[in-house]
Amino acid sequence: MSALIQLKNVKKTYKRGKESITIFDGLNLTIEQGDFVAIMGPSGSGKTTLLNLLGGTDRSDSGEINFDGERIDGYNEGQLAGWRARSVGFIFQFYNLMPVLNAAQNVELPLMLTKLSAGKRRANVETALKIVGLWDRAKHRPKELSGGQQQRVAIARAIVSDPKFLLCDEPTGDLDRNTANDILGTLQQLNQEMGKTIVMVTHDPEAARFAKRTLHLDKGVFAEVTQ
Amino acid sequence: MTDFDLVWKNLFRKPLRTILLTVSIFMAFLIFGILTSLNVALDRASESGSASNRLVVSNKINFTQSMPYAYVNRVAAIPGVTAVTYQNWFGAYYQDQRTSRFVGFAVDPETYMAIFRDEARLTDAERQAFLSERTGVIVGKSLADRYGWRVGQTIPISSNIYSQANGRRSWDMKISGIFTGAKPTDPTTAIYFHYDYMNETITFERDQVGTITVVTASPDQNDQVAKAIDANFANSPAETSTVDEKTFSRAFLKQAGDLNFIVTMVVSAAFAAILMIVSTTLVSAMRERTKEIGVMKTLGFSSPRVLRMVLGEAVLLSSLGAVLGLGTSAFILTGLSKSPVGSSFGDLSMSPVVALSGLALAVSLGLVTGAIPALSALRMSIIEALNRG
Repeated sequence: MSALIQLKNVKKTYKRGKESITIFDGLNLTIEQGDFVAIMGPSGSGKTTLLNLLGGTDRSDSGEINFDGERIDGYNEGQLAGWRARSVGFIFQFYNLMPVLNAAQNVELPLMLTKLSAGKRRANVETALKIVGLWDRAKHRPKELSGGQQQRVAIARAIVSDPKFLLCDEPTGDLDRNTANDILGTLQQLNQEMGKTIVMVTHDPEAARFAKRTLHLDKGVFAEVTQ
Repeated sequence: MTDFDLVWKNLFRKPLRTILLTVSIFMAFLIFGILTSLNVALDRASESGSASNRLVVSNKINFTQSMPYAYVNRVAAIPGVTAVTYQNWFGAYYQDQRTSRFVGFAVDPETYMAIFRDEARLTDAERQAFLSERTGVIVGKSLADRYGWRVGQTIPISSNIYSQANGRRSWDMKISGIFTGAKPTDPTTAIYFHYDYMNETITFERDQVGTITVVTASPDQNDQVAKAIDANFANSPAETSTVDEKTFSRAFLKQAGDLNFIVTMVVSAAFAAILMIVSTTLVSAMRERTKEIGVMKTLGFSSPRVLRMVLGEAVLLSSLGAVLGLGTSAFILTGLSKSPVGSSFGDLSMSPVVALSGLALAVSLGLVTGAIPALSALRMSIIEALNRG
């Protein structure tokens, strides 16, 4: 397996008023192609910041971030947006679907950033919704769907443009156990059958069991690795 | 799905809010469409029938005050004057003073027809009839169409100023001809009849004229002739004010006040209010969608693209209101053109210039009202947006 993501000596601090808070001071991390990594840790440990850096929605102060052999930490905002559209699928805790769009239109959103024809887009949307088992709900608006169904639509949106990398921020944090397990099963399936590399931030040890390995982050340092 | 589809769906996210905003914008453009078109029609009306070498002499106090008839010959004798005619405002109406008022002048037929031959086009037979019939009247085509008048018909024309010695306020007049204007859009809603017929029968203000039209040898001499006329009557009981015909027509049509100024003020006030309402509402609407903007940026929508969508939404909203407002005002203007009051302005229909100005205004309004939310969406970082929403 080759490395899909590499963080080398990454430093990140935040300003809060006059105070400067160091989140990472020389963080190193390698995530292989096809890996499924759960990141756990207490609040304030840097999980979300790590997710933001991995997803290119935040910038490190120094160090290197490589994706598929390419340094992305020097990209400008436009390049990062393009890279995110091509390479990363995002799954949020609260689904973050557009309420004015139906399920199919929500899934189609990332395809608006491609040059695919309308027909090809429709085909991709259908495939993505079928993968998550919601093709029959394609015309439903988010408010007409349950939490689990909304998260499945969000997963379909994340995979519709076939990115290599999925970033999940507490994907089951708002769901009951059974629904959470269904969602995690779907993520596992995407990892195992479609080769998606997944990084999932979670507080839930049950959820972490679906990953191939778990990294425990504490005060900006990986404290423990569980296989 | 296209960016436009997304903009459209976002615009109607809260239909009631969008409808209320559209209605306020609609009102502003309705006012704009009607007032601006009236102003344009007024300009057109004052230009039609005006010649560059014609001056109008009126009483210096106000053109509603008359001057002695003797002024006509004295004006004609001033160097640089090649022709003169005179007229009296009659305050004309037909049957019902409230609904059937129109422009009516008592004129000297011979000199009037010599000067205004092009502006009041008649056949030779009609012209001859008008000159020879003491009770003859020529009527504009629009007016004739409105009341179904025909040549040869005798009609009672009343005055809200004068009355006859026998107490009657109406004069029987025989239609000698129906005139058309120099251009199809020129207003033809006036009547002209013999000054003598009126002068001999009225109970007061005899041998007085309202205005004197003067033709100069050339437009270059206008200033000089105007000064000479006014100087001639300086320190007399009825001093004069002489201006070019266009200026006089405009002043006459704008007796209600400076319409340009009124239109500008009313339209500006309407748009200032709309600007505030729409801006504030859009800012608050965008604040509700902060998280969605963050999600779009996370998915890879670039900041400039998000800015374009937010601006597009504001422009679409204002354009929607504008198209409805301008369309409705065009409809109202068409109806107004057919009314007795409206037809005196001539062609009231909305000109392409007014329509295009309205649309340009709509785009500007959209850009201005959308600027604050769009810039804030442009600048907002993804983390801030996702955390704030």
